[in-house]
Amino acid sequence: MDVLFSNVKELVALAESQNKPISEIMIEQEVLMTKRTREEIIAQMDNNLTVMEKAVERGLQGVHSASGLTGGDAVLIQKYMATGKSLCGDVVMDAVSKAVATNEVNAAMGTICATPTAGAAGIVPGTLFAVKNKLNPTREQMINYLFTSGAFGFVVANNASISGAAGGCQAETGSAGSMAAAAIVEMAGGTPQQSAEAFSIVMKNMLGLVCDPVAGLVEVPCVKRNAMGAAKALVGADMALAGVVSRIPTDEVIEAMHKIGKSMPSALRETAKGGLAATPTGKALEAKIFGKGKVDSDAVNS
Amino acid sequence: MKFRSVFDIIGPVMIGPSSSHTAGAARIGRVARTLFGRQPEWARVHLYGSFAETYKGHGTDVAIIGGLLDYDTFDERIKSAFADAEKLGMTFEFIPEAEEAVHPNTARLVIGDSQGVMELTGISIGGGTMEVVELNGFPLRLSGHYPALLIVHNDRSGVIANVSNAIAKLDINIAHMEVDRKEKGEMALMVIEVDQMIDAALINELESLPNVTQVSTLAN
Repeated sequence: MDVLFSNVKELVALAESQNKPISEIMIEQEVLMTKRTREEIIAQMDNNLTVMEKAVERGLQGVHSASGLTGGDAVLIQKYMATGKSLCGDVVMDAVSKAVATNEVNAAMGTICATPTAGAAGIVPGTLFAVKNKLNPTREQMINYLFTSGAFGFVVANNASISGAAGGCQAETGSAGSMAAAAIVEMAGGTPQQSAEAFSIVMKNMLGLVCDPVAGLVEVPCVKRNAMGAAKALVGADMALAGVVSRIPTDEVIEAMHKIGKSMPSALRETAKGGLAATPTGKALEAKIFGKGKVDSDAVNS
Repeated sequence: MKFRSVFDIIGPVMIGPSSSHTAGAARIGRVARTLFGRQPEWARVHLYGSFAETYKGHGTDVAIIGGLLDYDTFDERIKSAFADAEKLGMTFEFIPEAEEAVHPNTARLVIGDSQGVMELTGISIGGGTMEVVELNGFPLRLSGHYPALLIVHNDRSGVIANVSNAIAKLDINIAHMEVDRKEKGEMALMVIEVDQMIDAALINELESLPNVTQVSTLAN
């Protein structure tokens, strides 16, 4: 037996009984499973954090994908925030803009860190860099944020799925939003159990989310789903910190997500055959980009 | 456990837009290149499921070619993989298949040069993690999580014992092992995942064993 936890119940129990944060349990498990040193593991996560920072910076300068379907929205949201008129408030909209920034870089074939996937790569860093302004974490705490996200993602990946093709978008932006919510709770001083509650609250509201990329590109609706995933993560974290609990235990929520994913028709699992991809406009965009659905990959890859 | 490391979840660092369709695909290509042992001159890539439907939009095609050029998931050159392959004189084609595969993200690569041909089927299981499920007609499950030895040999008694003795002598622990053969007495394949890195001396020793015809390695 070389694994400390295989579900959320075990993860929370370990953290509580040893009086350690979830991030620490994840680091210990990584040492155990990979036989690498703690320093190597933390250094690699530090590097991933740097990649995330650079992607957000690049996205906030305004990037556009080769298809022209996405780009520039992160800049728009930042400008709007600067007017002071945001209804949701700066933390939520900052997270939204930074999630969008990362995903716009991803759509433009830029360098990103998958969290847990590339299509959902905006949510964990977007929320992290937004709450950073509010909570003033140390670099170590920011790295721990990623380990806590990873601990919950690890459970989802091994007990359900983090692939849109296997489980729909609930497995990608759903997992990412839930992972981020759990990590926000830890950074804000909540308990391991509150992290689990935040995870559940968010995941329950992502269940059934289909993966229907227009023209098969990771652009529409992926970028905006990253935006909403980031907003949900913050709301879910705040609810858990307020003491709200999920009536359905986290592991059962994850199991429900897995079963829903398996029962989804393949048209709604990243095949670009159903949902928004199959709308008249979705089809028209596909024809415009690829010419009758058949292809000129230079259009995408140039 | 399909996913063993936190960096399967927070990572890989990669070129977008899709971890399963771009990074996972690049890794399948790179594993094929590593097992082939040299730059292939040509590649025929069959795509199944979601790979077949969306490979252009996800850059799955350029990623696989990038992998065959030995590029990592975060190598900026992935974007120019087609042009880079052409410069090397490598030809390639992509064939989207309608039939259903074991996994929605499946690629079957047939690669070769004047010296030989190799066929490998890989699945991208999410978040950039992949598994090799078939090699030259042999079903197997190779995750790339551990350093691995792939040993093609004649199906004779004592070969497995000789190989495991050579590994044991170096105090290397076997994590997982699979043995399969095409026909009784014919060509066979051993896949051995180990905990430690594999050095050249061990490969040389294994290659010199009777009835061993080819040894390939895969570092994690």
